[in-house]
Amino acid sequence: MTREIILAIYVVILAIFTGYEVISRVPSILHTPLMSATNAIHGIVLLGAIIVLGAADTTLLRVLGFVAVVLGAANVFGGFVVTDRMLEMFKKKAKEEVK
Amino acid sequence: MTLAPVESIIEVTYLVAAVLLIVGLKRLSSPATARSGNRLAAVGVLLALLVTLLDQGVVSYAGIIIGVIIGGGIGIVAGRKVQMTAMPQMVGLLNGLGGGTAALVSLAEYMRLARDAPPVGPGESLSVALGTAIGAVSFTGSIIAFAKLQELLSGKPHQFPMQRILNLAFAVAIGVLALLLITGTGGMPALWGIFVLALALGALLVLPIGGGDMPVVISTLNALTGMAAAFTGFVLHNQMLVVAGILVGASGTLLTILMGRAMNRSLANVMFGAFGATSTAAAGAEGGIPRTVRQTTAEDTAIALAYARNVVIVPGYGLAVAEGQHAVRELSQELEKRGVDVKFAIHPVAGRMPGHMNVLLAEANIPYDQLLEMEQVNGNFGNTDVVLVVGANDVVNPAAREDPTSPIYGMPILDVDKARNVIVLKRSMGHGFAGIDNALFYRDRTRMLFGDAKRSLTELVEALKTV
Repeated sequence: MTREIILAIYVVILAIFTGYEVISRVPSILHTPLMSATNAIHGIVLLGAIIVLGAADTTLLRVLGFVAVVLGAANVFGGFVVTDRMLEMFKKKAKEEVK
Repeated sequence: MTLAPVESIIEVTYLVAAVLLIVGLKRLSSPATARSGNRLAAVGVLLALLVTLLDQGVVSYAGIIIGVIIGGGIGIVAGRKVQMTAMPQMVGLLNGLGGGTAALVSLAEYMRLARDAPPVGPGESLSVALGTAIGAVSFTGSIIAFAKLQELLSGKPHQFPMQRILNLAFAVAIGVLALLLITGTGGMPALWGIFVLALALGALLVLPIGGGDMPVVISTLNALTGMAAAFTGFVLHNQMLVVAGILVGASGTLLTILMGRAMNRSLANVMFGAFGATSTAAAGAEGGIPRTVRQTTAEDTAIALAYARNVVIVPGYGLAVAEGQHAVRELSQELEKRGVDVKFAIHPVAGRMPGHMNVLLAEANIPYDQLLEMEQVNGNFGNTDVVLVVGANDVVNPAAREDPTSPIYGMPILDVDKARNVIVLKRSMGHGFAGIDNALFYRDRTRMLFGDAKRSLTELVEALKTV
C-alpha cells in the first residue's frame, strides 16, 4: 500500500458520490440531454490519446495513438454539439413561456 | 513533493477543469440552466485538453493536430447535421467511439510500458486489462445499438442457441487472460486476446437485446465508457481522466437506474431477459382466437376530434420517424381554434429515450404547459373524449397492467384504454419495438387509422378544415 494508492481511492470514492449526488434530482425530460452531456464528458479520454500519440516512437504506437485521437475527438466535439442542439430547444420553449 | 512549474500549471488547470465539470453537471439537471451547464462542461474539457499539450511526454504535435481536426471535424459536422429524431443513435455511436479510444489508449500505453519500464506492475496491468476490456465492449456494443436504432439491423432480439454459455465462456476467457497479464506471464499476446474477445463480447451482449431496451443499453454503455476512461487515467497517472471518468461512471449508472425504474425493468433483466423472446410464445397461444381491428378514415376521425370537449394526444416513436411533429402542432392548433382542449401525454420512455418526445415537441414549438407527464394524466383518461395515439405502441399496451404472462407486465403505462374513444395512428399492424402484440388495438373503443403518421396528421388537418 502506498500513499498514492490511498489517495487515488479517496479521489474515486469522492467522485462517485459527487457524480451520483449532483444529478440525483434530474427531471425525466432532461434524461436524454444529460446522457448526451456525460457522453461528451467521457470524450475527455482524448486527453489520454494525446499523451500516447505525442510520445509515440514506433509505427504501431503512432497508428494506435492516431486512431485513438480521431475517435476521441469525434466523441468530444460531436458530443457537446449534439447536446447543445438538444438544449437549444428547451431555451426556445422557455422564451415562449415568458410571452 | 514539489512539482515543476509546467506540471503545476497542468495540475492546477486540471483541478479547475474538474470543478467546471461538476458545476456543469449540476446545472445540467435543471431545465433553466442546462444549456449553460453543457457549455461549462465543454469549457472544462477543452481547458484540460489544451493544457495536456504542455505535458513533457508530448513531443510531436503534427499527428495530434491532424487527428483532432479530422475527428473533431467529423464530430461537429455530424452533430450539426443529424436529425433531431436520430439523436439517440447519434449518442450511442459517439459513446462507442469514446469506448474505442479508451481501449486503444490502454493497449498502446501497456505496449510502451512493457518495452520501456518492464516489468509492468500488477496495479497498472489490472487497469490496462479493465480499460481495454470495458472500452472494447462499449465500442462494439454501442455500434450494434446504433445499427439497431438506425434500422440497419432489425430491432428484434437476435438469438441463437448456447448464447449465454458462449458469453460466459468469453467473459471467463477474458478473466483468465487478465490474470495472466497481472501476474506478468501473459504480456502483449494476452492483452491482444483480451481486446479481440471483448470486441466480440460487446456485440454478443447487445445483439439479443430488443430495440425497446436500447435506451437503457446506451445509458449502461455510456457509464461503462466513463469507467474505461477512468482506468486509462490510472495507467497514465492522470488525475483528470480518473475524476472525469468516475463522474460519468457514477452519474451514468444513476441515470440507467432512473430509466430502468421508469420502464419497470432491472438491468439484469434487460441484459439477460431478451425482450420479445417470451412474447412469441404468448402471441402463438393467443393466435387461436380470431380478433379483429376496426379501421377508420381521416374524415371520420376529424369529426370525432372536432366535436370532442377534450383530446389527449399520445406521441411515440412513429411520430419521430415520420417527422410529424409540425403536423401534430398544426392539428393541435386547429382543434384549439374550435375550442377543444388539447393536451399531450408523455410517457417517460416514449420514443427511444427518456425525454425524446419533449425535445421533439419543443422543436415544433408546442407550448410546455400542454405537455403532461404520465402521473398527471393517468387519472383523467376516464373523462377524456378522444385519445389520439400517434405512433406509440408499447407504452399504451394494457397487457402491461392486465396480462401477467406478458413480457412488459408491470411496466407503468398510459391508461388510454380507459378513454371514451381511442384512435391509433399507425403504419401497419406491425409490432412495437418490444416485438409484442398490443391488446389495445382489439378493444371495442379503439379505431385504427393506418398510414405514415405525418401524412395521416396532414390529412386530418385538411379534413378538419372542411368539417
